[in-house]
Amino acid sequence: MKSITKQKPLEEIDRQLDGMDRVYLVGCGTCATMTRTGGREEVLHMKEHLQGLGKMVTGWTVVPIACDEMTDTTLRESNGAIKNASCVMVMSCALGVHRLASYIDKPVTPALDTLFIGLEDGPGSFHEVCAQCGHCVLGFTAGICPVTMCHKHLLNGPCGGTNDGKCEIDKTKDCAWTLIYQRLKDQGRLDVMRRYQPPGNSHVVPRPRIARISP
Amino acid sequence: MMGQSFREVLQSGKFVVTSEIGPPKGTNIDKMCHHIDILKDLVDGINVTDHQSSVMRFPSIGGCLHVKEKGGEPILQMTCRDRNQMALQGELLLAYTRGIRNVLCLTGDSIVVGDHKSAADVFEFDSAQLLRAVRHLETGKDLGGNDLDGGVQFCAGAIVTPEAKPFEPQFIKFEKKVEAGAEFFQTQAVYDLDNFAKFMDRARQFRVKILAGIVLLVSARMAKYMTENVPGIFVPQNLIDELAAAPKGGALNKGIEIAGRMIAELKKNAICDGVHIMAIGKEEVVPDILAAAGLTSGGTAHPASGKTLHAS
Ligand code: SF4
Ligand code: SF4
Repeated sequence: MKSITKQKPLEEIDRQLDGMDRVYLVGCGTCATMTRTGGREEVLHMKEHLQGLGKMVTGWTVVPIACDEMTDTTLRESNGAIKNASCVMVMSCALGVHRLASYIDKPVTPALDTLFIGLEDGPGSFHEVCAQCGHCVLGFTAGICPVTMCHKHLLNGPCGGTNDGKCEIDKTKDCAWTLIYQRLKDQGRLDVMRRYQPPGNSHVVPRPRIARISP
Repeated sequence: MMGQSFREVLQSGKFVVTSEIGPPKGTNIDKMCHHIDILKDLVDGINVTDHQSSVMRFPSIGGCLHVKEKGGEPILQMTCRDRNQMALQGELLLAYTRGIRNVLCLTGDSIVVGDHKSAADVFEFDSAQLLRAVRHLETGKDLGGNDLDGGVQFCAGAIVTPEAKPFEPQFIKFEKKVEAGAEFFQTQAVYDLDNFAKFMDRARQFRVKILAGIVLLVSARMAKYMTENVPGIFVPQNLIDELAAAPKGGALNKGIEIAGRMIAELKKNAICDGVHIMAIGKEEVVPDILAAAGLTSGGTAHPASGKTLHAS
């Protein structure tokens, strides 16, 4: 699983830092390093950019897994530099931003936008596979998620826009239902596709979504 | 058609003709009303498009009310793009109380192809699920299982794309729509009648009425553009050549002739149950298409005013 992120436009980053002159930078050694949005190199780049704006970078680090509980302990080593900063800028996905914001009592700002949770299907190429809809239908779609991979999250087969196996919105994206059809056919299970699927439940876990696992 | 419901017309065995209008972007409804006037006595039903191509417009139900007021037979196009199940049901209740008895259940185009690209899309239901929702409402209950105080009855239809590639998954969806309760289908534009006849051979096993989609070609360029860029539309080269060979300024007439010829052939060979004519902005020439098809006597003769209104 990878959190796929994209750096925010610099002007938005600059705006978020309005009035904050001393910044501590945190990158993430896992997803954001893989997507080259919050690894060592990108953090150093950001450092230079901020210095160019006349800001002081009080310190920086790339924690192994920003969203992990261990981040707390890792960051303790940098306590001084963080104390000295007017804010912490996080170059990880929003999960990492949340984790840091939960125990740093300084303003915490994201440098990245979190796009989706995806798998890597080749070097540098990621695609979303699950939207955490709360009711998994992969059993009748041959392991390809129509909620996530079909542009209109259709459950009963393709729309009329299927375009030689590509999605009507983009010739470079596969039509999920062509893939599902093909795989079910290869498995000799087209009867599964013929079965009517009722609409999903939009509130399997109503927001705010919380799960408590009993001991 | 007079006095008959659209469902009765479909069942009557006559060659059914429907057409469609697009509501305005804005509150000037003159052109839409003019198109309704042209079509209402010539065709058996008038579809009103629902923010077609995801372009924000006057709503389909509003257009249907005008069709109804003017004595035409409206077919409410309803997509799942902009409405959750609350809005879908509510609009069906409204439609019913205003005498709108036909609904075409569509999934809807993607928001990102339209003119409000950052708008939220809904797609809580797909077309098959919407068809079932219509049938469910007819049992006197809403989708939450509650009793309705006053029910609905609709002649429900759907669309199918005979030129979809690949075709098999499209046909499975077609079957699911039939099972979900679709009574009639209006197809995406067809130009290759041999291929369409093959589709009809398979579709005939189902007891539904199928109206072939006829989209008016107005130039060789448009034909070429559609065949190259619109998924599910294929215009054979000979038609493109025919349009290209038309004398300067004569392409529209050639397009009318082609449309008329196709309709005549579909009817003569009893390939399908009727046609759905989409003139896309050129609704004024629908009478000419019908005349070219031999379905009416007149040419550009617009229906005489002062005709009796149809019984609702
Ligand atoms: S259906 Fe798709 S979005 Fe829902 S849980 Fe399964 S993979 Fe995730
Ligand atoms: S073309 Fe395929 S992936 Fe795209 S919206 Fe239609 S069914 Fe979904």
